[in-house]
Amino acid sequence: MTIRHTFECVIVGAGGAGLRAAIEAVDGGVSVGVVSKLYPTRSHTGAAQGGMCAALGNVEEDSPEWHAFDTVKGGDYLVDQPSAQLMCEGAVESVYELEHWGMPFDRTPEGLIDQRRFGGHTRNHGEAPVKRACYSADRTGHMILQTLYQQCIKRGVRFFNEFYCLDLLLTEGRVAGVVAYELATGELHVFRAKAVLFATGGFGRMFKITSNAHALTGDGPAVAWRRGIPLQDMEFFQFHPTGVYKMGILLSEAVRGEGGILLNGEGERFMERYAPTVKDLAPRDMVSRAIYQEIREGRGVGPHGDAVYLDVRHLPRDVIEQKLPDVTEFARVYLGVEPTTEPVPVQPTAHYAMGGIPTNTEAQVVVGEDEAPVPGLYAAGECACVSVHGANRLGTNSLLDIVVFGRRGGAHMARFARGVDLPTASHRPDGFVSDMVSGLLGRSEGNNAAAIRSELQEGMYDLAFVVRSEESLRKMQGILDGLRERYERVYVQDVGKLFNTELMEVVELGFLLDCAETLVASALARTESRGAHYREDHPLRDDEHWLTHTLAYRGDDGSIRLESKPVKVGPYLPMERTY
Amino acid sequence: METQPVGEVLANSEDRRAGASGKITVTIRIRRFNPELRGQESWWDEFTIDTDPDDRLLDALHQVKWYQDGTLALRRSCAHGVCGSDAMLINGQNRLACKVIVKDVAPKVTVEPIRGLPVLKDLIVDMEPFFAGYEAMLPYLINDEGEPRRERLQSPEERHRFDDTTKCILCAACTTSCPIFWGDDEYVGPAAIVNAHRFIYDSRDRGGRERLQMLGERTGVFRCRTTFNCTEACPRGIEVTKAIQDVKRSILFDRF
Repeated sequence: MTIRHTFECVIVGAGGAGLRAAIEAVDGGVSVGVVSKLYPTRSHTGAAQGGMCAALGNVEEDSPEWHAFDTVKGGDYLVDQPSAQLMCEGAVESVYELEHWGMPFDRTPEGLIDQRRFGGHTRNHGEAPVKRACYSADRTGHMILQTLYQQCIKRGVRFFNEFYCLDLLLTEGRVAGVVAYELATGELHVFRAKAVLFATGGFGRMFKITSNAHALTGDGPAVAWRRGIPLQDMEFFQFHPTGVYKMGILLSEAVRGEGGILLNGEGERFMERYAPTVKDLAPRDMVSRAIYQEIREGRGVGPHGDAVYLDVRHLPRDVIEQKLPDVTEFARVYLGVEPTTEPVPVQPTAHYAMGGIPTNTEAQVVVGEDEAPVPGLYAAGECACVSVHGANRLGTNSLLDIVVFGRRGGAHMARFARGVDLPTASHRPDGFVSDMVSGLLGRSEGNNAAAIRSELQEGMYDLAFVVRSEESLRKMQGILDGLRERYERVYVQDVGKLFNTELMEVVELGFLLDCAETLVASALARTESRGAHYREDHPLRDDEHWLTHTLAYRGDDGSIRLESKPVKVGPYLPMERTY
Repeated sequence: METQPVGEVLANSEDRRAGASGKITVTIRIRRFNPELRGQESWWDEFTIDTDPDDRLLDALHQVKWYQDGTLALRRSCAHGVCGSDAMLINGQNRLACKVIVKDVAPKVTVEPIRGLPVLKDLIVDMEPFFAGYEAMLPYLINDEGEPRRERLQSPEERHRFDDTTKCILCAACTTSCPIFWGDDEYVGPAAIVNAHRFIYDSRDRGGRERLQMLGERTGVFRCRTTFNCTEACPRGIEVTKAIQDVKRSILFDRF
């Protein structure tokens, strides 16, 4: 039996972007329902560690304009500059707002919000690293997530926890709601709404080594894509340089912000060669490529020579214990390494999707080269692509992105919802999901989903990771074709309705396949290297042909059609990216 | 800066590093419950798997679910101890499955759902009563004195006072390890008190008296018998019992 709900606004996902949007929409006077497949405090925003940048100037001179410049340069000029300017100007106010809501930032001796260095963030257009990241030890994301959730409790926001959004309802090109699957009961729920905002996070689980939670399977982008919404810049996926060896667990860039350094197998601080000015605080794409280079040239460490060391032994003990307590514990628990006396083996880990559902600066989802908004549809945070991160996100800018654009999206959707009627629902709104679920549960035998997932993750790690080529990407396309075929006959053993987590994992695998296919197709088409997308067969940036965003559309037969649209330039002209 | 010779470091850590050692065999004994299959009775299942000794217990449970019994139900997300989804009773202690390394519990480990909350399926319990207790504590900053244009000032000492309790991830490991909570569904439990503590001792908050009044009532802190189970169970290393004692003292002496 399908259960029906009606809200003026529905928000899908309850991480930082979703919660921030919910606060703004509720304050905007409309009814809001938040649909989340996790309890909100389980969202992956809580795993963000190092900080949230804002040019407060509390510790050193700083300006939002310098922040915007760093963001554009860090993004290798694929950033839409008006978006970045808006974000960096809004950063200061956003930090104060969080503080007013109780966010427990670390403090300076004078009682101000303390700030520290982070990769790619510099004083006066690249002169030297600047202290710009506001932080709470190395659990800044946890504190932001808690603070935003607390504000939602205060406002009595209505949550539907452990509900999986599996379809987007569109009526004559306008949003009409979503369909969700309730994990506890197996029931379908139709949420009719005037406006829907996706804030579902990333899709790092397509890679074998990732910092991402198991839940990060690209649900929002895939659901939208299946309904004709394009996905933008999917080829740009960030590989964070310092993941726990083999496990991928994030060891924050704050480790290097506080003075930690990278060493190769010869004990050399190799980043001095790659980025003479900012060294270990170069942007993540450059550091990850440098690590790859060291490993490839035989200067790696570990039994297979496929790691480098992150070293904090020279830092004062109180800095390690007080400012980096969690990452220190990760090294101890997961590697059995004592960071105060031993260097920690690390390797690049799939971390963040720069691409996603295309939006404008009001978080409205836009399609086509002329960026026509889809009435009532919004996206914010990692699942969206407002293109503040371009080809490579700077550290801390994701926490900033979620609060700035979550807020803007929430405000706009509330305004929009106040001015329109509820769209009529179609005859059988849950038909697509209902057929999908019964199809999956109806087989008495078939292929093992875990094997498909594990081959996807292995393949993407081997062939579409830090270094790519036409050959590797074509090979991956072949693998994906095979996996897709096997997925069509995937078998779900649990046919029950109560907490059928197996069924939902299989659905999530389908979302991952969609995202992986668009990522590989987009990466294959882009015959240049820019930011996180490095093609060894096209190692240089090519502004003449590729200062463009990629848009991937789903054809009726499931094929992928690629289009492009120009990057919104601004005051910063593309120049060589040295640090 | 002095750098330890790399060879020495490698030799020291070789045996512990993932990939350096072979697989081990582990038997996982799991308390099962599935009303759709067996009504209201719970039962035990045993699964034997070969696994990397450095894997998490969560990885081992996934291996069971993915390759042996798809009906096994558990919650998990981040897999490194920060989201709070996978608290379980592991060899009789509340732990996060993603923070237990297989070799530390091999060759045999027993996994049960956390206690004191209704079991819904296998390792999944009903978290609603837990979150209701948390929400009852007014877990948000209360201050209607008007906001400054910039940040409110707070000294590092003031900030430090409530630092420990900001770490809570609401995993329920503390609350469901508390014998008072098991026997008394009125008691708010350790996690709710931890989250009240986080605001009571925040120099910016003005709702402390209200929270202390709630916690001074019959269902509040004085139910605590200081067994320290909660402190031992906390995967974030919060000194939960100490936080509860802070609150007790503030109520008794009307000072915070």
